[in-house]
Amino acid sequence: MNLTLLLILPLVFSLLLLVVKGPKQVRLVALVAAVVQLGAGLFLLMQFLAERATNNAAFLFESNHTWYKALNISYHVGVDGISVAMILLTAFVVLAGVLVSWKQETMHKEFFFLLLFLSLGAYGFFISLDLFTMFFFLEVAVIPKFLLIGIWGSGKKEYSALKLALMLMAGSALVFVGLSGLYFNTSINGVHSFDLLEISKQNISPALQNLFFPFAFIGFGIFTALFPFHTWVPDGHSSAPTAASMFLAGISMKLGGYGCLRVATYLMPDAAEHYSTIIIILSCIAILYGAFATMMQTDLKYINAYSSVSHCGFVLLGIGMLTKTSINGAVMQMVSHGLMTALFFAVIGMIYDRTHTRQVAQLGGLLKVMPFISSVFVIAGLCSLGLPGLSGFVAEMTVFMGSWERAGAFYHTATIIACASIVVTAVYILRAVGSSIMGPIKNNEHLQLGDAGWNEKTAAVVLLVGILVMGIVPFWLTDLINPGTEVIIQKLGSIK
Amino acid sequence: MSNFFLFMQQELLLTAIIFILLFMKLSTIEWKTKNVLLVVNILLTINLVAGIFIKGNGSLFGDMFQQTELLRLEKNILNLGTLLISLQSYNWLLKHKHATEFYLLMLSTLLGMFFMLSSSNLLMFYVGLELASIPLAALANFDLDKRRSSEAAMKYIMSSAFASGLLLFGISMMYGVTGTVSFAELQTAASDQPLFLFSFILILAGFGFKISAVPFHLWTADVYEGSPIAVTSYLSVISKGSMIFAMTTVLFTVFGQLIFHWYNIIAVLAVLSMIVGNLFAIRQQNVKRFLAFSSISQVGFILIGVTGANAIGQSSVIYFVLIYIFSNLAAFGVLSLVSSEKGKETIDDFKGFYKTNPLLTWVLAIALFSLAGIPPTAGFFGKFFLILAGAGKNNYPLITIAALNMVVSLYYYLRIIKAMFMDANETPIEKVEMTWAPKLSMAICVAGIVITGIASGAYEYIYSLVK
Repeated sequence: MNLTLLLILPLVFSLLLLVVKGPKQVRLVALVAAVVQLGAGLFLLMQFLAERATNNAAFLFESNHTWYKALNISYHVGVDGISVAMILLTAFVVLAGVLVSWKQETMHKEFFFLLLFLSLGAYGFFISLDLFTMFFFLEVAVIPKFLLIGIWGSGKKEYSALKLALMLMAGSALVFVGLSGLYFNTSINGVHSFDLLEISKQNISPALQNLFFPFAFIGFGIFTALFPFHTWVPDGHSSAPTAASMFLAGISMKLGGYGCLRVATYLMPDAAEHYSTIIIILSCIAILYGAFATMMQTDLKYINAYSSVSHCGFVLLGIGMLTKTSINGAVMQMVSHGLMTALFFAVIGMIYDRTHTRQVAQLGGLLKVMPFISSVFVIAGLCSLGLPGLSGFVAEMTVFMGSWERAGAFYHTATIIACASIVVTAVYILRAVGSSIMGPIKNNEHLQLGDAGWNEKTAAVVLLVGILVMGIVPFWLTDLINPGTEVIIQKLGSIK
Repeated sequence: MSNFFLFMQQELLLTAIIFILLFMKLSTIEWKTKNVLLVVNILLTINLVAGIFIKGNGSLFGDMFQQTELLRLEKNILNLGTLLISLQSYNWLLKHKHATEFYLLMLSTLLGMFFMLSSSNLLMFYVGLELASIPLAALANFDLDKRRSSEAAMKYIMSSAFASGLLLFGISMMYGVTGTVSFAELQTAASDQPLFLFSFILILAGFGFKISAVPFHLWTADVYEGSPIAVTSYLSVISKGSMIFAMTTVLFTVFGQLIFHWYNIIAVLAVLSMIVGNLFAIRQQNVKRFLAFSSISQVGFILIGVTGANAIGQSSVIYFVLIYIFSNLAAFGVLSLVSSEKGKETIDDFKGFYKTNPLLTWVLAIALFSLAGIPPTAGFFGKFFLILAGAGKNNYPLITIAALNMVVSLYYYLRIIKAMFMDANETPIEKVEMTWAPKLSMAICVAGIVITGIASGAYEYIYSLVK
């Protein structure tokens, strides 16, 4: 399959959006775009599995075209199982995002245009095998978020939008320094290159790795709420419109995790080992701090935003532990969190649209008036606290098991601390779900509220399918990502 | 003689246009301003197109004047920028009584720049520079009935004279030390001798003034604010661009072997320009002043590319100037329309601009994203390559500062985007009517911003010439 199709589709549809007129046509084009993208994603998965049966290459469907010859920059794309999983996640979230934004009233054309543009950035990032191209797409996915939050958001939206854009751009700036360090300190026949696969074959001295790893890891880490650079998350998530929140938490934070793994850890394995302790400590702080901070929140969006800090901590913990199982767990957690948090935000959006409040104290007994929305809310909550049968359980368990594999008191203590957060998660999730869904209706006006419409139901089902499939047959995902993880582990193996 | 016509085609063509305009002015026929503008724009288009297609390299006047493919390209870039400014000023000049004089002055400065670029001798360089500077002071005063415009002209001529003085002092001292003003001979005569270095630093300070690098930037904001917008755009992209072209040529070729000395100076100027430009830009309310300070910060980024001091560095600088012309002129284009039609120039005025002028808002937004270095606009590629060129010297503190300054600059560019898209305003700027000329100019700028980066052809071409 030609991977460029993944870029052409959102580009063509977003341009098509500019020419169509009327909200109906705009919605229709956006929906068709999202469905076609998901179709392309599933087609890619099938092709990938079929090709891998006969092809042992680390990356499949590679295509390499010189972009800037003078600087040896290429449009080099290719996918392994990890990228395919991320691409599918993106397609699922975008479709759900378009569906929940169906009734978007103001400036609908611009809204869907930016949403499609975001997906273009994400697809490009996940398929890139050239560091420049990757960086290009990473930044493409920043500014639309600023506009989405600033124009269609709520609350202190302008502050949040600005904070998010500046923090993510600061992350990009650090990534840039890390990448240029890699570029100038590696060369093939005397020529510097941004090619990920070429750089991975080079022997970069541990001292240089230790110098540039923090730039790349912290830079990407900011995208995935690395403590203490997580502060954009609660503000950004809570102020964003529903679809943008879904995209932010579901996909955008994964760009960071993916970058930490694919660029920082894979290309600089010695430094990954060197800084492993610090990464683990910061991840544990994020996990616990995020969980306790969530307990204090009264707004549903803030609850989900802070819990994202905690859940993304597992991603970084998995990467920091550097075992095969833990890295597998990190990737699974990325997928699981992407689906789960997108679902959570979608449901919170549905509740807010009807009740005009997100305060837990003002909600109650919603199960009686909106059974579908409430049921989905419960399932998302249960997934978040790690109920077996749902994606959250398998992802977190894999991270824990992988972390425990790392021998030593420090690593075991860190694993126990991370495990302890499950209790805190259970407290805040059960409390939030219980107070909002169960019990008597606190506000009589809520008696008149209707349940989810077709679009909302479809959006929820799309994400639920993902959560359930991953929860019930996790080995499908594990089989998909395993060879990709194996390649990273081989690089790490030489230093452990 | 044939060589004379062959090597100086671009200069001769420009001189011919100046003469045509002069005859139009002096003839007994009363030309309507609209027709004058039409003729000028057609002539400038012919000048641009002819400049692209004509070839012929060599030197004249005992090697005082040289022509190379690279210089031709640089002149073509300046021609393009001048044409764009001319198209953008259409509405303003239509109401102005002295449109012809405006062009006479502007094209004279452009001619000066061409000579400055082609010079391979410090004296020729100085003469070109003066021809490029003096008419600019008159241009700054072109809003004849506005006091601020006269003040701007006064400030410009004073600072310009000071810069020229420093430069001339440096040149004469250099002649005193080496006994030559020829670039080729200076290249071999360049040494570590203190007096030579002192004269070199004076020349460098002269450059610093002209490109408004900190700490030589103090004139910039006031002159930009007081001058008519067309002149501000010209100062900020064409004048600055030509000076940067000249500076890279002089530094890389003539004083290339003194890099150990000038590297640190340029690096310090770069850091100061980025930081001071950014910090002051944050505080500005007037969009022209804002763009003045942001242009100071942009010079800082360009100087990072200059520190690269190799083919990548030089091509990145030239490439960035090309992108900067598209980006800054798109921004100035919108500002020029709003200012000439509605008389509004502050950031607050732009609140709610999207409600009434969605198309212009997108043009300004794309321009600002490009200036901020956000992909997929060309500005991203431009800044990336500049900083990458700087990184080639392994000075990672320097490029870290540059990368972080990009974040600070993003803050203030987003401030305008926020005002246009997000801020409510009960009385937003009414719909701005556009004539064909500014529309065309903005279409070219936006196309340039979108295409120049993603299509790598422009950079590759520049690199092939530099290499």
